[in-house]
Amino acid sequence: MTRAAARPELAPLGRMLLAQTWSELRIRWRIPAFSLTIVALPVLFFTFFGLPYARQTLPNGTSLGAYLLASFAAYSVGSVMVFGFGIGVATERGLKVDVLMRATPLPPFIAILAKVLNALAYALLSLVVLIGYGIVVGGIRQDLTVWLDMIARLLAGSVPFIALGFAIGYLCGPNVAPAVANLVYLPLSFASGLFMPLSQLPGFVRSIAPYLPAYHYGQLGWSALGANTERLPVSLAWLAGYTLLFLAIAIRAYRNEESRKFG
Amino acid sequence: MLGPNGAGKTTSISLMLGLRQPTAGQARLFGLPPTDRRARSRCGVMLQESGTTSVLTVREIVDVFRVYYPAPLPAERAVAMAGLTEQAAARVGTLSGGQRQRLYFALAICGDPDILFLDEPTVGMDVEARRAFTASIQTLSGAGKTIVFTTHYLREAEELARRIIVIDRGAVIADASPQELKARVPGKKITLVAGRPFAPADLDGLPARVLHLAGERASLLSNEPAAVLRELFRRGVDVVDLEVTGADLEEAFLALTRRDEGTR
Repeated sequence: MTRAAARPELAPLGRMLLAQTWSELRIRWRIPAFSLTIVALPVLFFTFFGLPYARQTLPNGTSLGAYLLASFAAYSVGSVMVFGFGIGVATERGLKVDVLMRATPLPPFIAILAKVLNALAYALLSLVVLIGYGIVVGGIRQDLTVWLDMIARLLAGSVPFIALGFAIGYLCGPNVAPAVANLVYLPLSFASGLFMPLSQLPGFVRSIAPYLPAYHYGQLGWSALGANTERLPVSLAWLAGYTLLFLAIAIRAYRNEESRKFG
Repeated sequence: MLGPNGAGKTTSISLMLGLRQPTAGQARLFGLPPTDRRARSRCGVMLQESGTTSVLTVREIVDVFRVYYPAPLPAERAVAMAGLTEQAAARVGTLSGGQRQRLYFALAICGDPDILFLDEPTVGMDVEARRAFTASIQTLSGAGKTIVFTTHYLREAEELARRIIVIDRGAVIADASPQELKARVPGKKITLVAGRPFAPADLDGLPARVLHLAGERASLLSNEPAAVLRELFRRGVDVVDLEVTGADLEEAFLALTRRDEGTR
């Protein structure tokens, strides 16, 4: 027992989380397919679908520019979660990074928490760039507190998309995941009124939108401007429901893989 | 742990590490379940079927792994022991197959483990890497570390191991020191062509194991090829062609497995 006294039995978890998060941040940053897409795509979409209407006002007095910026802000956070986790997890499984990590003393929950922190950091970066672009180029003006409130609401409400990303990452192989993530997330965003206001979309899309997770997520962004069309608890309840659904799918896929690989 | 492909070497290692669950029985490391973090903190692992990210540098990934362990080696030391000092700043994706194998070795030792599990560590290593690896293994073993490694090269096991466990089809067929094992495994293969078909009595009682026998052709495994040939000549077997070569592992295993079945 002298050796137990001479050296601790376990490494501190806090340092593990820090090192793991920092390494995940660097890994993502060095994959331009990820970092560039996450930052540039929402700005590009906003330029096409938002900027032309930046100076207009909605009937209820809300700036249309700010409303559209909130829509694309919701789109961008969701995309960081779905693409970052979906493709990231699938790629790691493809490289069999998970096999080696499993044999180390790094607890799986620290690895997952590091991925969540990493995704939140990239979502924040994407939001700051997008909103900054809207302010500087689009001339969209709101109080700073409104923007901060919007950022906080969107980051806090992104959980269902983290779960969706995990589900895709564990269900799909590394070559299929990007296609599936796009096929799921782009139509979802479009049909939820994140690319253009629902009033501009065909009737059947308007009728299915209230059942989609991105619709209720968009409400969180719009609620920071007081422009949401449903009460906040309703949005949160829908998002919680979708979180449970996606999480159930993700856990099932994870367990399947686990029993196949490590059974 | 020595055995041909498919013998169950990787499965055994996976069971010892808690990466797979045994259908019966249990594995214990330091008296703990192998999945216990206290056990894992004292283990270093090099697996065949595993990978790492390709965009971090060697030094960066070693630094991340060190944080998982309570009392890691200095990063420079781990990198140097793996022979990667020159590649420390290179991204993992740019490494050759042999260098990548050395990186996995660096990751296995960076936590200063008490026990190292290395699954076919020298696969893909060139001669120089293999020599550096051998030296590192001997250093670690000299420092009191336990090293469990798998190989299908008899030579490698002989050179590095104090104890060799031969497994085949999931069963232990020998557990001995290299010297003992060598004495038990026939080291030479004798291929003969006689002037007439062999009679069964021709090969009875020789210090050899019959591998194949068809008409006038026979191949035998033996540790004493000279004695075998002397006896054959004495029995008046007319040898028209003869070849004595080192037995390869596959054949040596065959002999061991047969002996096992024979005694049962």
